[in-house]
Amino acid sequence: MKLAALQRAVARAVMQPLTRSERMKRSAPGGGRMSSYAARYIKPNDRLTSFERLEIYNRQYWLRVLAALAEDFPGLRAVLGGQWFESMCKAYLTECPSRSFTLRNLGARLETWLRQNPSWVRDRQALALDMVRLEWADVEAFDGQARSSLRSEDLREMQSPQLRLALQPYVQLLELRYPVDDLLLAVKHGDDAADFASNAIQEQKKTQQGPGGCEA
Amino acid sequence: MPENKFNGFTNYGIGIGLRSQHYDHILSRKPVVDWFEIISENFMIDGGRPLHILDQILEQYKVVQHGVSMYFGSAEKPNREHLRRLKELVKRTKTPWLTDHLCWGSVDGRYTHDLLPMPYTFEAARLTAQKVREVRDFLEVPIAVENVSSYAEFHVSEMTEWEFLNEVAERADCGILLDVNNIYVSSRNHNFDPFTYVNSVPAERIAQIHIAGHSKFQKYILDTHDHPVIDPVWKLYERAIQRAGHTATLLEWDDSIPSFQEVHREAMKANRFLADTSLAVAV
Repeated sequence: MKLAALQRAVARAVMQPLTRSERMKRSAPGGGRMSSYAARYIKPNDRLTSFERLEIYNRQYWLRVLAALAEDFPGLRAVLGGQWFESMCKAYLTECPSRSFTLRNLGARLETWLRQNPSWVRDRQALALDMVRLEWADVEAFDGQARSSLRSEDLREMQSPQLRLALQPYVQLLELRYPVDDLLLAVKHGDDAADFASNAIQEQKKTQQGPGGCEA
Repeated sequence: MPENKFNGFTNYGIGIGLRSQHYDHILSRKPVVDWFEIISENFMIDGGRPLHILDQILEQYKVVQHGVSMYFGSAEKPNREHLRRLKELVKRTKTPWLTDHLCWGSVDGRYTHDLLPMPYTFEAARLTAQKVREVRDFLEVPIAVENVSSYAEFHVSEMTEWEFLNEVAERADCGILLDVNNIYVSSRNHNFDPFTYVNSVPAERIAQIHIAGHSKFQKYILDTHDHPVIDPVWKLYERAIQRAGHTATLLEWDDSIPSFQEVHREAMKANRFLADTSLAVAV
């Protein structure tokens, strides 16, 4: 069997979603029994069947990618609730697996995907979208390109009328409806997430009565 | 023969993996450490704090790059963006050699972010060696490939893992990052003698050695890098050092990371075996 074909077949199994009890599915990609599928490629040993050996990689894959999204989107997790967030991530990653050599880019398509799949954010769509935009901007700001910062002595030496100040390239201006920056800080400081989600909604109700949304 | 063309003719001692949990300690206390190994992918970025920290580390310490997603064994071509960013980092760190794993992990542009085991076939060895050569030619730095821990073996394999490693290293004319913990883990998972593996690797190609801890489960061992090094792994290390000489050694500790002092203390245990290796010869 050619290397490319074998790798394609194994990767399909490794990246197939787990069952609810976080075990490898009994059905193989494309139909048939997973035990037969695994046995076609992988040797058993005296302790583990082919299925069980492949399952180690299947479970590791999902543990790794789900942990990476949970780390990058703690605010969205707080908005959606832990279990729903994990289910949403599984659906997202099934449709949008990583296409980058770094896990840092795993959430790059999450906002677009959530807009296309609003059932995953239910009645909190605007809040969830605000949060995912803020958190992705946070990822990009963390390691984005930076120019040298101006010091006061630099300004004294620059008398040119052509002088223009600009924001650092990693800074993004987001127009948001909810105060998700406050919410995210609270989540990161370890306060109770469920309360924040409801507080944010309370605050939005208040701001809707007053002038416009908020910007972060 | 610690200094060889696969590690840039350097003679590094005992290093530890650079982890964000230790940044403050390292920058404020400036502990004496022979060298740090960085995960390349963490610094293949445009800017921000990680590169700022790295630049400060580079001012005071020797750094070697270790990658986790080049996937020399994947059937697809190397990712050009990956190579471009990696080369930028190589210029920044001036790493004397560069390491990544003898494994695969991407298919058709989709990444598993895992170190998946190779089928030990001649076709795979040829393709993998060709990719190692391509990457080395692009990066212009010596490359050493690391053996991985594995939990599965393929029916199509035509040779043992160590024969495959030797076949790739020979065809690519590259170095070997010998991970003695990975050899131990795989030997338990696949029922082979780990000393046969260590004794079969060409000593003159060993550029670096990894040591680490792992986790035991009922039916298999998982390479978790979250424990101290166990005695059987130290015995494999001793044997590797007897064969290869005073080779650059790196302790990996990636999960449940203890204090800097504890990690460093664990790494320095390697000195027990490095004390008198000046007369070591390949056997």
